[in-house]
Amino acid sequence: MTTASSAVQLAGVHKRFGEVHALDGIDLEIAAGEFVSLIGPSGCGKSTLLRVVADLEQPTSGTVQVGGKTPHQARLDQDYGIAFQQAGLLEWRSVVENVELPLHVHGVDKATRRARATELLELVGLAEFAGSRPSELSGGMQQRVAIARALAPSPRLLLMDEPFGALDEMTRERMQAELLRIARETEAAVLFVTHSIPEAVVLSDRVVVMSPRPGRITEVVTGERPGPDQDVDDVRESGAFFAAITAVREALRKGHG
Amino acid sequence: MTRAVPGAAGVDAGPRRGARGFAAVWPPVAFGVGALVLWELLVRLLGVPAFLLPAPSAIAEQVVAQFSVMLSTASVTGGNALVGLVAGFLLGVVLALLAARSRVFGELVTPVVLAASAVPIVALSPVFTTMYGSATETPRRLVVTVVVTVPVFVATARGLRQVRPVHDELMTALAATPWQHARFVRLPGAVPHIMTGLRLAAPASVIASIVAEYFGGLQNGLGSRITAAAANTAYARAWAFVAASIALGLLFHLAGLLLERLVTRRRTA
Repeated sequence: MTTASSAVQLAGVHKRFGEVHALDGIDLEIAAGEFVSLIGPSGCGKSTLLRVVADLEQPTSGTVQVGGKTPHQARLDQDYGIAFQQAGLLEWRSVVENVELPLHVHGVDKATRRARATELLELVGLAEFAGSRPSELSGGMQQRVAIARALAPSPRLLLMDEPFGALDEMTRERMQAELLRIARETEAAVLFVTHSIPEAVVLSDRVVVMSPRPGRITEVVTGERPGPDQDVDDVRESGAFFAAITAVREALRKGHG
Repeated sequence: MTRAVPGAAGVDAGPRRGARGFAAVWPPVAFGVGALVLWELLVRLLGVPAFLLPAPSAIAEQVVAQFSVMLSTASVTGGNALVGLVAGFLLGVVLALLAARSRVFGELVTPVVLAASAVPIVALSPVFTTMYGSATETPRRLVVTVVVTVPVFVATARGLRQVRPVHDELMTALAATPWQHARFVRLPGAVPHIMTGLRLAAPASVIASIVAEYFGGLQNGLGSRITAAAANTAYARAWAFVAASIALGLLFHLAGLLLERLVTRRRTA
């Protein structure tokens, strides 16, 4: 099972919080460059699963590997970038300084980190806001800064916990297109937690459907992630897209029953 | 994000402030002038004895006569207050940082600092004077330091605790060391609280500096002039130095307020 090319490997992962069985025998492998979404009702453990990969929670049992390392070592080496539902920008730092933060923490010299942050702000289309304060940006723009920050150490894995959950529908669709482009350009694998079925389908190579109490993987549905020459909006209007949505919805219903 | 709201409001309030400034200033000024006139009239018409309450005109005369002495004594008292304020500020911030860093240290130091707030200056001052001798300014500066440390420590500790969970998670995910966590997130996030602590401590430092002079040591400050004048039945002169003490306290209060405004405004602008 140990393939050097896999970004994440989980085998028999259990997580208990006292009486609550948050994760129950999770087996999941994410290939390099693959986009995998976790979807399920509240309390199904999808955020917990992401946090286990990020080494923000310790599994009760089972093995987790991130790029062939323990999650702890991967965190220390900044092998993954992470974005949360809240952008969580530091209000006292300018936009570009926020993007630099991971590099600053790891002692990268100022010129190098400024160059990298400037490049990333261009990637997320916010180059002209480098000197702005986070409070001057809209919610969607703040979230793009947070994504740029997550990408700063050039991670091979991006962990995203409902990053677009607080955005309106229009902004959300635009951000999805942005994220697809960024994932393609950086070739990073993405583990993406979401509540939205269309979002999971349009972004992912695979949609992992989970059920609550205990948190289990009930089904894995093939997503409709657009290829390099495909337009996201065309995918959103395709029959395959709606078929995949139906498949995920069916899987969610089965999980409840 | 939440800090954006007061900042934006402050920017909006900018142009209006000038017009509102005069409207806000004249009522207290008029009230103050009226109170002085009433005071003067009462003292003259009722023949209040000077030891009870001297007339404002008599006090003003003394202010003019003693002006150079007042400046030199105020600079001594103010200097002690400033030295103690800076030392107490640094001590309060550093202790709060250490307390936030290590639980054991926090549990050790927090009760001690809070106990220090209950120690009256009256009790500390003679002890320090005995320890360091009565020919130096050190005892008074130490008294001020103790008085200032407490509010700064409490405010800083509170600010350091108010980290947004998402920032905590982020720094953990970035594998930041505890000191990086303090430097990048906790300390900058606590700055508004720290500045509030400093603003509260600034006028208190002047009070501590003056009161500390009542218990021996050098006779070169405002406090010692007040006691000396009162002992010599020069009541108007005593009141003149009281007025100078009030002015010095106000100066520190305003400086603290200005510093707080400057720092918090720059963050949101």
